[in-house]
Amino acid sequence: MTAPRLLDTRSVVFLTLIAVAAVAVPMANLAAEPGSALHLSSFAVSLFGKYLTYALLALSVDLIWGYCGILSLGHGAFFALGGYAMGMHLMREIGPRGVYAHPVLPDFMVFLNWDALPWYWWGFDMFWFACLMVVLVPGALAFVFGWLAFRSRVTGVYLSIITQALTYALMLAFFRNDMGFGGNNGLTDFKDLLGFSLQSDATRAGLFVASALALAAGFLICRFIVTSRLGQVLVSIRDAEARARFLGYRVESYKLFVFTISAMMAGVAGALYVPQVGIINPGEFSPANSIEIVIWVAVGGRGLLAGAALGAILVNAAKTLLTGWAPEIWLFFLGGVFVLVTIFLPRGVLGGLTAAGDRLGRRRRREYRPRTATSGRTTQPAE
Amino acid sequence: MVRQAANSMLYLDGVSISFDGFRAINGLSLVMAPGEMRAVIGPNGAGKTTMMDIITGKTRPDAGDVLFAGEIDLTRHDEAGIARLGIGRKFQKPTVFETHSVEDNLLLALKGRRGVFDVLRARRTAAESARIDELLDLIGLEPRRRDLGADLGHGQKQWLEIGMLLAQDPKVLLIDEPAAGMTDAETAQTAALLRRIAGEHTIMVVEHDMDFVRALGVKVTVLHEGTVIAEGSIDHVSADPRVVEVYLGR
Ligand SMILES: Nc1ncnc2c1ncn2[C@@H]1O[C@H](COP(=O)(O)OP(=O)(O)OP(=O)(O)O)[C@@H](O)[C@H]1O
Ligand SMILES: [Mg+2]
Repeated sequence: MTAPRLLDTRSVVFLTLIAVAAVAVPMANLAAEPGSALHLSSFAVSLFGKYLTYALLALSVDLIWGYCGILSLGHGAFFALGGYAMGMHLMREIGPRGVYAHPVLPDFMVFLNWDALPWYWWGFDMFWFACLMVVLVPGALAFVFGWLAFRSRVTGVYLSIITQALTYALMLAFFRNDMGFGGNNGLTDFKDLLGFSLQSDATRAGLFVASALALAAGFLICRFIVTSRLGQVLVSIRDAEARARFLGYRVESYKLFVFTISAMMAGVAGALYVPQVGIINPGEFSPANSIEIVIWVAVGGRGLLAGAALGAILVNAAKTLLTGWAPEIWLFFLGGVFVLVTIFLPRGVLGGLTAAGDRLGRRRRREYRPRTATSGRTTQPAE
Repeated sequence: MVRQAANSMLYLDGVSISFDGFRAINGLSLVMAPGEMRAVIGPNGAGKTTMMDIITGKTRPDAGDVLFAGEIDLTRHDEAGIARLGIGRKFQKPTVFETHSVEDNLLLALKGRRGVFDVLRARRTAAESARIDELLDLIGLEPRRRDLGADLGHGQKQWLEIGMLLAQDPKVLLIDEPAAGMTDAETAQTAALLRRIAGEHTIMVVEHDMDFVRALGVKVTVLHEGTVIAEGSIDHVSADPRVVEVYLGR
């Protein structure tokens, strides 16, 4: 039997680490005495929570890029749309507590002299509706965009370029005040979520746990897909698209399926990101953001799922440290890391660690283990 | 011609295609009966591969009829649709899924449902495993079943691809240069394999290796500049002065 298992060793380790973080981080914040060595500040909890949402975003990119060869350079758009959907709910939650104390309209609309809520803001006062939009809006956009692009057989660099154009166009649109999403400033000054103050430690801990759960769920969904026969077809499309077509697989349907799922996951990541950082603005659509996501995946290890998550966390931890210390070198650092990893660790940090572990284990046991399909499938992305 | 189409498996009539003004296929007509095996030969650039592109939906002809089973207009279907109708194809450059095992390559090729959600739910059945074992025996890759496609030699990739073709259980097999890169022994084995599966399937084989074509012992069609210049037994076409001039006598 060569069928890969849903939960291999790496997956179990990964899920265990998430579970440990989901318990330990809130405990260190809520239970440990402030001032003790174990205490974690609320700021750190939200920061780590943000990393987890980035990890989920990276996972969504790895699903399409690592397994199906679709290099999206516009996934930040789906993340931002999910974020805006959540941001709209948080704005409506403010209610009459805004600066202008308008019972319904968010401050920026009062400022623009609008007298009614635009139709596309309707329903966002309901949490469940906002949650639905968090997945539906990115999903629908991905479906329409993917349907057009994949049906016309746009692939490779051309596809990457039009995904960049997509996110860039959305950025320009969201910058406009009359779009009704707060323009330049975006959406901010959130007060609470489901009645819990966003400033309280318990809410922040809760959001961290929710992010961890979402990451675990996203990981399991991805594993379910990539270990199914559909996952094998995706890899087949990545490696030899024409061969897959002539075997009777309608390649565009498969691409559309994963692209849409992936966009929905990115939307969920964005929705969890916004309450933890307290703002969403059009900058999230910037093409550079989307390119950064791809770098996280490449650094962590493309086509390994856990690698993408690891890459997102490592790169963003480095970003936090570096931008605090010497912000002007960050982009050079990021570029340098990307180049070095591409040259010396073509399978990313996790791929490199796995290979090193295998070598060590083999030397210890003094036995030769031939390369088999199960060890090669997920660790050898082509291209 | 219509009567001819009625009993045919593959029917091409007056097919033409130009690329930037260059006529790669020029009024090509060719009919294959059900269960027939046919060898197609011709110099480089004669249009052999392009003809297969047209039959399998990769390229749409500018003019002409391309019918399958006497009635289905293949120019109205896409590659995946034509594959599902029952036309399988081996590429000139052997193409297998390099990061899948030999066994998984066959599994993915097996005839079956191809819809996204069917495939998402699919689990390997005992019947599928049995069929894979059979195919592995047939193509002689049983000892390498767990190796990756990438680790196979050139000739073995050719066989794996032929195996994948058989796994599809197509009505028509289009096989582009199966013996390229094979040793003489492998070439003879391949000819034997094709002879064994002939009859149940309609097979078109493109090959430059004349010993191989001779070993197949079937009707030969000679293509030149996108059109058929001779057709008949190997001895018949070998004696044709035009064939000697454009191809054999080089
Ligand atoms: N998509 C295409 N675009 C432009 N030219 C093409 C295309 N496909 C085929 N051709 C041209 O059509 C001609 C026929 O090519 P084809 O590959 O069918 O030849 P062939 O008979 O298979 O030759 P060989 O024996 O070398 O494989 C060649 O001159 C080729 O360059
Ligand atoms: Mg050719």
